[in-house]
Amino acid sequence: MEIIQIKKLTKRFPMGKGEFTALKEIDLTFTKGEFAGLIGPSGSGKTTLLNIVGSLDVPTEGEVLVLGKSIGNLNQKDAAQLRKESLGFIFQSYNLLQVHTVYENVEFPLLLLKKSASERRKMVMDALEWVGLTDKEKSKPPQLSGGECQRVAVARAMVKKPSVVLADEPTANLDAKNSHNILKTMLNLNRELNTTFIFATHDEKVISYLRRKIFLLDGQVEKDVIVENPKS
Amino acid sequence: MKLAIKLAYRNLIGAGLRTWLNVIVLSFSFVVIIWMRGVMLGWDHQAKNDMISFEIGGGQYWHEQYDPLDPFSLNESNAKVPDEFSELIKSGDLEPILIVQGTIYPLGRMQSVMVKGINPNQTILKIPTSKLDTVVNAIPAVIGGMTAQSSKLSIGDYVTLRWRDINGTFDAAELVIVDVFYSNVPSAEAGQIYIDIEKLREMMIMPESATIFTFRNSEADWIEVEGWRQKSFKELTKQVDNMIKTKTAGQSVFYFILLLLAMLGIFDTQVLSIFRRQKEIGTYVALGYTRKQVVGLFTVEGTMNSILAAIVGAIYGIPFLAWQANHGFTLPIDASQFGMAMSQTLFPVYSIGLIFTTILIVMITTAVVSYIPSRKIAKMNPTEALRGKLQ
Repeated sequence: MEIIQIKKLTKRFPMGKGEFTALKEIDLTFTKGEFAGLIGPSGSGKTTLLNIVGSLDVPTEGEVLVLGKSIGNLNQKDAAQLRKESLGFIFQSYNLLQVHTVYENVEFPLLLLKKSASERRKMVMDALEWVGLTDKEKSKPPQLSGGECQRVAVARAMVKKPSVVLADEPTANLDAKNSHNILKTMLNLNRELNTTFIFATHDEKVISYLRRKIFLLDGQVEKDVIVENPKS
Repeated sequence: MKLAIKLAYRNLIGAGLRTWLNVIVLSFSFVVIIWMRGVMLGWDHQAKNDMISFEIGGGQYWHEQYDPLDPFSLNESNAKVPDEFSELIKSGDLEPILIVQGTIYPLGRMQSVMVKGINPNQTILKIPTSKLDTVVNAIPAVIGGMTAQSSKLSIGDYVTLRWRDINGTFDAAELVIVDVFYSNVPSAEAGQIYIDIEKLREMMIMPESATIFTFRNSEADWIEVEGWRQKSFKELTKQVDNMIKTKTAGQSVFYFILLLLAMLGIFDTQVLSIFRRQKEIGTYVALGYTRKQVVGLFTVEGTMNSILAAIVGAIYGIPFLAWQANHGFTLPIDASQFGMAMSQTLFPVYSIGLIFTTILIVMITTAVVSYIPSRKIAKMNPTEALRGKLQ
């Protein structure tokens, strides 16, 4: 089942008096439950593509359909609705709310979905259990290690059980041990909940776990490879 | 909105010292503004109460030619007591006062005074007129503290009074000061001498005459009497209202400066927040907030400073304001010396309206000040905000 369809996607940004083309006529599709990665050097267009799929940005040309909704045609409210209900984000620098506790950070997406207090409690505790942080629910991000922060970010992205999780360089600030732990956690969640994961990365540790590798270079798809025996 | 309030509260409490500094400054504004406006209200109450007690009672009738600012017309500003007033006078609900011009010579100096003839048995005004019945070897007179101070007269002192009767004949007699009263009402004290009305009528050869009549009850049924003008309580206290209005307008500048300082803190915090919390703003958008909702969140966050300030202000403000209401605020100088009906110690009065309007004004101002910088968020590109790249 195709949940993301990208057709002839081009993205240009104004630069000085001219324009810079970040993505050139990209054609891609993603199906439910994929564990895929956009791989490429800096400036290859990975994050731009992830932002458009995440409805944080819009295409200049072409069409991007996420769960049947055309990103280019969504207004701010509908785009926010899509992100709120169906998309989860994991960022390189965690982007946790610093003054909130771990519990409150993970609870945030559920507050937006207007879940009841008892439902929220259960879902947050489940999410914290997935990432092994039930004992840290009252801690605040400054009191946690980088690995723990990223696990909180994973819990926050997964707590509402979204259809798609978009992870932008999720291990860039982590050491090898923490990177593997996080990746294993995400892989387990992918298997258990059948959530589609799309990574933007150039980290070899992440790449080794991917089931599908999409290589980008200068805004174009260079290679799209299905991995037969990925790390698990 | 409920979510915005919840998040704003968490953000504010989480921000720690920064929040509490703003809240303390803002709470100080709350307390000082309420206190100052309370002092004004207290002054208004005190001035009017003192005027009622010592000068105007529940309202007055004035002879049609009476002008308190024109002493030269005083001798013509009186007439016989109209028959319509007889019953009220008999019941003690209306007191006639005869006012004429005179001159006293305290310590060899000459000083113009208004001689007021008043019934020694009256109970409408708090002037100690019962002392006018004292049997002495001169005419008993009561004066206010301000006259006592300016003429250096005290109880038991004798002073010569010269007057001109209805026929234009000058005459003089010795007065003895039998009491000195203090009222905070300059127009009842300064340059005034009170003697028995019957004695004054005899001196002036004006039997049964009066210049003004003072009512006991402000709700008394007013009747139209030819040659006499009705002066309601409201009309007679209009000067006090105008004076307090002027003072309040002057104080508004102070309120404005106070609020400006507090708002500067809030505005600065908001601007800094939007600059420093770009990643957080981007995260809110990524998690499903619209930019408009983020603007709302930041506005609520700023406005909530005023709610916290009201709570903090209440903690130390209520005891302070209550203490002030009981003990009053003593001015370093006696302002009644400047002609204002003002007690040296003012007791603030706080009405529910005063407290709520102050809180409302501060909250609305805070909301506006919080909203202005937050509008910038609506123009932010969320992908750049997420990376904290905006300038």
